[in-house]
Amino acid sequence: MGGELEASLVELRHTFTSGRTRSASWRKNQLRALLKLIHDKENNIFEALFQDLGKHQVESYRDEIGVIEKSATNALDCLDKWMAPTKRRLPLLFFPAKGEVISEPLGVVLVFGPWNFPISLALDPVIGAIAAGNTVMLKASELAPACASFLAETIPLYMDSKAVKVITGGVDVGEQLLQQKWDKIFFTGSPRVGRVVMSAAAKHLTPVALELGGKCPTIVDTLSSPSDIETMVKRVIGGKWGTCSGQACVGVDYILVEEKFAPTMIDILKKSIKNMYGDSPINSKYLCRIVNKNHFERLHKLLEDPLVAASIIHGGSLDKEKLIIEPTILLNPPLDAEIMTEEIFGPLLPIITLNHIQESIEFINSRPKPLTIYAFTKDETFMRQIVSETSSGSVTFNDTIVQVFITLYIYYCFIKLEFHFLYIKGNILERNQLKFSFVCLQFVCDVLPFGGVGQSGFGRYHGKYSFDTFSHEKAIMQRSFFIDLEHRYPPWDDFKLKFIRFAYKFDYFNLMLLLIGLKR
Amino acid sequence: MSIVSAIMGTEEEKKLLFDGEAATSLVKELRASFTNGKTRSYDWRVTQLKSMLKMIGEHEQEIVTALRDDLSKPEHESIVYEIAMLRNSITLALKEIKHWIKPEKVKTSLTTFPSSGEIVSEPLGVVLIISAWNYPFLLSLDPVVGAIAAGNALVLKPSEIAPATSSLLAKLVGEYMDSSSIRVIEGAVTETSALLEQKWDKIFYTGNGRVGRIVMAAAAKHLTPVLLELGGKSPVVVDSGINLQVAVRRIIAGKWCCNNGQACISPDYIIITKDYAPKLVDTLKSELEKFYGKNPLESKDLSRIVNFNHFTRLVKYLDEDKVSGKIVYGGERDKTNLKIAPTVLLDVPRDSLIMSEEIFGPLLPILTVDKIEDSFAIINSGTKPLAAYLFTNNKELRQQFVSTVSAGGLVVNDTTLHLAVHTLPFGGVGESGMGAYHGKFSFDAFSHKKAVLYRSFAGDAAIRYPPYTGGKLRLMKVLMTGSIFSIIGALLGWSKV
Repeated sequence: MGGELEASLVELRHTFTSGRTRSASWRKNQLRALLKLIHDKENNIFEALFQDLGKHQVESYRDEIGVIEKSATNALDCLDKWMAPTKRRLPLLFFPAKGEVISEPLGVVLVFGPWNFPISLALDPVIGAIAAGNTVMLKASELAPACASFLAETIPLYMDSKAVKVITGGVDVGEQLLQQKWDKIFFTGSPRVGRVVMSAAAKHLTPVALELGGKCPTIVDTLSSPSDIETMVKRVIGGKWGTCSGQACVGVDYILVEEKFAPTMIDILKKSIKNMYGDSPINSKYLCRIVNKNHFERLHKLLEDPLVAASIIHGGSLDKEKLIIEPTILLNPPLDAEIMTEEIFGPLLPIITLNHIQESIEFINSRPKPLTIYAFTKDETFMRQIVSETSSGSVTFNDTIVQVFITLYIYYCFIKLEFHFLYIKGNILERNQLKFSFVCLQFVCDVLPFGGVGQSGFGRYHGKYSFDTFSHEKAIMQRSFFIDLEHRYPPWDDFKLKFIRFAYKFDYFNLMLLLIGLKR
Repeated sequence: MSIVSAIMGTEEEKKLLFDGEAATSLVKELRASFTNGKTRSYDWRVTQLKSMLKMIGEHEQEIVTALRDDLSKPEHESIVYEIAMLRNSITLALKEIKHWIKPEKVKTSLTTFPSSGEIVSEPLGVVLIISAWNYPFLLSLDPVVGAIAAGNALVLKPSEIAPATSSLLAKLVGEYMDSSSIRVIEGAVTETSALLEQKWDKIFYTGNGRVGRIVMAAAAKHLTPVLLELGGKSPVVVDSGINLQVAVRRIIAGKWCCNNGQACISPDYIIITKDYAPKLVDTLKSELEKFYGKNPLESKDLSRIVNFNHFTRLVKYLDEDKVSGKIVYGGERDKTNLKIAPTVLLDVPRDSLIMSEEIFGPLLPILTVDKIEDSFAIINSGTKPLAAYLFTNNKELRQQFVSTVSAGGLVVNDTTLHLAVHTLPFGGVGESGMGAYHGKFSFDAFSHKKAVLYRSFAGDAAIRYPPYTGGKLRLMKVLMTGSIFSIIGALLGWSKV
């Protein structure tokens, strides 16, 4: 195994050195190949995800296939723009000169994919790495074996197998990989392994991007309008159970709510869960299962603590055979219980009540920095307070969606409005409106960065940020041989010192005076 | 006077006692003052930057003296490369900070819809800056400017190898800056180790790759991001058919006028074609003589070697058997004053010590090649340097250089100047480090870019929620394609997907 791995690495390094991965055409071809793969093998992916996690097709499409499709298409559309050198202004003092920054590939990079979104979180960084012109080794998670072997078997059929390689295996393979020298390591997973990855990277001075998790809190301010409450509840459910049964790094971990509003919220929460997952959610095909026995046991143990068990107000049933846990709500479990100190990563939702919603800020600040904070509120002062007084990878107001999907939903909302408009106008498709909507569809180059801070990791990706993560921004300054000032060179004297002082302040007026001898 | 010395005395004692426990309580104190939000305010940042500006304005002479003590650095160099550069950096931060701290709206038509996005720069928290001895003033305070501008509390650990500057920094920073949030800790390995055990929100290290690895490994325990400014062998490629005099002067400016070669972006070696090499050597000789006279060991315009260890290291390079015969200019040394004259070596073997380690001193080996294009392969066979330089009039060669040579930064037809340009990111790649700073990049290096998304309660799409149906999957697919016709089609139920 070790020899094989080293041989693969040598091949990747060789391919990179050959320079072929640097060309825009190679990068685009690979992205197109990836798109074709996703398109051709959609059913195989559905199958693999169902095997590994019992993921429903809609979820699989929304969180995995669709994400990759969107991300690769976006990279294809924007690649020329991303690759173009950016010009930088230089001080007049250096005239004639020009400055620019070009993005160059880092070299051979290693991507660790996780098991919870075994397709999208493995391939999304790969898209960034390819777009930036690197060769890639992808280590697929052994905890999602069907997806891992799908990737290992299919990727070589579609993509340049000398430049993009997939490796499967467990901890031993991971360790062997970490002993090698890489030019970047992109890791998605837990803080514990994140530390191991970074320590190993330190030996070779390899930069790392760590996408970790954390307990993502959801602040729910007291809402008055029933429709707002309903929307909020739906979005919380979407962010908790709708994303791989809570096994998502940006999944809702717990809710902070005012005591007086809690009963109303819990009521509607229960009702909506029933609407979405039926009377017997444990048999619902819309709910992902827990990835494996270990994790199932871990979650089971969280619930076994007697004080925690006593706080269960909804759900709580488990199916050991099928590894399914019902959407479970807990009200005020002890704060020192494991369920409130560790990232839950599963379908359990603790609700913590506060006297005043403002206390949520202190609550969050007294814990490690989460990947995301969600907050449902209409109070703009409170919003500003959350943004400026807490720290997290990102903040989302009034929703829990993973940011990848922003563009998607905006399309949807927009089109819906547009469509109504057209409908009212009697289905007359006006050219201007059509153009307008196309303009709106082009903002895909601008996406929000995604990444953590503190315990939730560092480094960011998505869209252009993915490209940047796998690029070195090389500063280039170019001068000509004209105009060489005597003042740069020794022997030093007072005149030269004065000259430099003015020059540094870009005080061109005094500089001129000095040069023509008017300044002493 | 006695009070001052008494205070200094207790400070001495404190220094001696700085261990893990002291470091823990120091960080705790700083974290408390970060948590109370003081450093986040715009006013605090501006006040601190202004008092730093005042500090260097009022103590210029002391700084120059300290640098002379530590390195015999010529006043001119101290003012140009340390004081003036820092002043520029602060002035720029003061001028731009208003723009830097503004949340960046994500420029999309998102804003008009039930959603808007912005990127907010927030301070990381309590950061540690460990600096180097070669530009002990600039390399200590320049990152501090970024850390303050971004609103962090910080500890600065100046290098013990430049002791005069280190204690001056401790004194001045203590006097001028807010000591509840900005501290200087002096010391060597023990103190640094105690500091590295603590949990920081960012570590900024300037120095060498060996310690860089230690810093990063220590940071890994706390998942702390690091910015490493390291060095490397920065090559200079000299093409033929150029204005050789100007080129040579610019090489000298980057090599011996920068702390006698003890700078991380100093030219380390030259690559030139065989037939052009003699001309280069002649020009180097005549220009060096113009600058530093017939006896450069006496010149006041050259820094000394920082200490005896480094002096011995450099002498070892020169005295290696296969190298000692290659000296074509210079080679003189003065052990008592730790001075080494500008030294040029021609055709040194590539497996020599001097060609396998970063020189970081006044020795300049010249390698010769048959064709100038061959130089790129030589550069790429080593580790990635912090900077690479090319002198040429040939556009194609320039293009090839830019696309094939990987280094932190490149300069064509000059050396080291990119350091002074705040619009260019300054930082290494591979062995030369990770992360970049200067200008806005410094601010960014000490900020977390927090994505903030505002949504309204309107515009909720049922397709997001279970029960999942075939229709929802179809709609989702067309939405992903972004084609407006398919979307309208799907909404009307005409979908063919």
